[in-house]
Amino acid sequence: MNARTEAELLQPSMHSPAHLSNTHLDALEEETIFILREVAAAFERPTLLFSGGKDSLVLLKCAEKAFGVGRIPYPLLMIDTGHNFPEVTAYRDQRAKELGAELIVRSVEDSMARGTVRLAHPGESRNAHQSVTLLEAIEEFRFEALIGGARRDEEKARAKERIFSHRDSFGQWQPKDQRPELWTLFNTRLAPGEHFRVFPISNWTELDVWQYIEREHVGLPSIYYTHKREVVERRGLLVPVTELTPPRDGETVQVRDVRFRTVGDITTTCPVESLAADAGDVVLETLSVDVSERGATRMDDMTSEASMEKRKKDGYF
Amino acid sequence: MSTTTATLDSNALHGDTGTALRFITCGSVDDGKSTLIGRLLVDSKTVLQDQLAGVQRGGETDLALLTDGLSAEREQGITIDVAYRYFSTAKRKFIIGDAPGHEQYTRNMVTAASAADAAVVLVDATKLAWAAEVEDGTVVKRELLPQTRRHTLLTHLLRVQSIVFAVNKLDAIDDAALAFERISTALNAFAEAAGVQVAAIVPISALKGWNVATRHADWVGYEGPSLLELLEELPVTVQDEAVPFAFPVQWVEKFSSSSDTSQGRRVFWGRVASGHVEPGQRVTVLPSNQTATVAQVLSHTRQPKAVHAGHSAGIVLDREVDVSRGDWLLAPEAFEPVREITATVAWLDDEPLVAGRVYWALQGHRWVKAKVARIVDRVNITTLESEPTAQLEANSIGDVVLALQQPLAVLPFTQSRALGSLVLVDTATHKTAAAVLVQPAAAKA
Repeated sequence: MNARTEAELLQPSMHSPAHLSNTHLDALEEETIFILREVAAAFERPTLLFSGGKDSLVLLKCAEKAFGVGRIPYPLLMIDTGHNFPEVTAYRDQRAKELGAELIVRSVEDSMARGTVRLAHPGESRNAHQSVTLLEAIEEFRFEALIGGARRDEEKARAKERIFSHRDSFGQWQPKDQRPELWTLFNTRLAPGEHFRVFPISNWTELDVWQYIEREHVGLPSIYYTHKREVVERRGLLVPVTELTPPRDGETVQVRDVRFRTVGDITTTCPVESLAADAGDVVLETLSVDVSERGATRMDDMTSEASMEKRKKDGYF
Repeated sequence: MSTTTATLDSNALHGDTGTALRFITCGSVDDGKSTLIGRLLVDSKTVLQDQLAGVQRGGETDLALLTDGLSAEREQGITIDVAYRYFSTAKRKFIIGDAPGHEQYTRNMVTAASAADAAVVLVDATKLAWAAEVEDGTVVKRELLPQTRRHTLLTHLLRVQSIVFAVNKLDAIDDAALAFERISTALNAFAEAAGVQVAAIVPISALKGWNVATRHADWVGYEGPSLLELLEELPVTVQDEAVPFAFPVQWVEKFSSSSDTSQGRRVFWGRVASGHVEPGQRVTVLPSNQTATVAQVLSHTRQPKAVHAGHSAGIVLDREVDVSRGDWLLAPEAFEPVREITATVAWLDDEPLVAGRVYWALQGHRWVKAKVARIVDRVNITTLESEPTAQLEANSIGDVVLALQQPLAVLPFTQSRALGSLVLVDTATHKTAAAVLVQPAAAKA
């Protein structure tokens, strides 16, 4: 698991051309842009959830192509746990500025100050608590549609998502009672207080995302590529050593060459060992991995088979 | 294949296998759909270590658990909603919609089928009375299960391009060759009666992996390709040809400055439903009936180019005409907008469809009120006969006449998917209640 990159994997000749052809990206991009425009047209108050992570950056690249720089017709919304990697936050702000997009940030810490979020203990992950802050932001701005970069290949519950996913007035996902979604005739009708989560890159895989990043030269926070980092090994994961995640008794701190496959809350996100220095390298590595994106990197998903589903029912993205 | 512009366009972009094939697996409950997909994912090396670890039960790998993602599904061992899965072979990328088998969740199967290029209908050989020719002096009729019929019928109605039957669990039958032969005969007879074209009938064992990814030699007299080899060669959905230009306006982009490519005009964005569009073309606006000339066409990424059916375009007209979201731009005099349509309806809501009720109808991006003028008939899934009915219950298929509040340009669904499809939405609950397939206007007897 998480073996160091084998040098020969970085040789393109190792892989069949069908995997590496990228004409299918045109079809995915077109589908995504169609959905982004549908949201712009169908809703008065949409927003695009933007974390600074790779999926939301790909989504923004598609939005830039759909609308042009400085012309994205909805604000960007970030729910900040206060536990973000600084490289990601900095990149998020820079990218919003480049695109001339309005960036709204709402933080879990403000919800904690209001008393709407209470932690079980100070070190608890704030990932699941984002739902509360998100629902508060939805209420504050009366958002009717929130565009997110979730993909169906990420996780079991995500695999069941519609593209236009209806949420009731409590922000809940009703997985047993989803609306039919026929052709591209999207039923965007809502009762007051309800909203939609919209997933334009539903049909993209992790590999598609990286191939697109490579093809379109999508810039990413530096921690997506190889860098030296202090980590400890814990239950098969490489846990980054940070103020929030100090080493436990008996754990040995090591410096390893790592990259992040997914970037989220510092307390729940782990890097993988890698020497991949650019998107092309990551594409080749992705072709040869034997562990899924979340499995290799997320401490919070391993707690229960249904943890994502449960969080989504509580209003999580 | 005729060399229409649409075909040229898509094939120039992608070789036949350059495009992902979207297919669904459907059929009756417990016929092995989830196991089949698990098998495809494992044999194509798509399943990763951690996912495989999550489906170990008592030391055994339960392939079906790979696709059932909701806790209620795991608890009950059933599939409630479609799970989408992604895998590739050296030849092709695939997007699978694993559709539920229960009648109660037909709406989710229809959801998956509406976006599919192909359908694999699973048939459980162990559930069919194929063995005896005669019992107690009466000839045994080898009936297919109702959901096998319903799903086959729905995929056919929705014009899913290729329908493949996979006869599963033959490994559990002593005389598998005879079983396969008789079940194939029954499937062909049903398909012929329903007017369904069958792409192939493949004998498989999803559990053992026979004929799924790799051929299982010398088995039940079948010499054709494995299911996966077959899927690698199936065509993606071909755009409807020989239909005049039609374009539903999705979004109107307004510019305040004149510094951009649109010269300060408005750009009408949408997906070309049929035909193609290039500068110089005349168009008529529905409903205002004004005409204009296309001044400029942009691709989905805002590059100037002619655009063909199935692709997004931005259209700039040569003069200011009133166009808003939901309007259609049409080839002049090619369409006769109508206020009444006869259509086949797949009813998906728990509340039955009743004659006289008003629903929202959506065609392209246009919402109009539609009143059910009358229910013509309902299809009996078993006999394929039409029968009279006062209402359409959930999961039934029937023909209705809809009276529209505003005229729409329609074509039969068999001629144009984009102009021939609508959805009905319940005005009270906002639930998507029906898939509507426009029929030729000729009144049915």
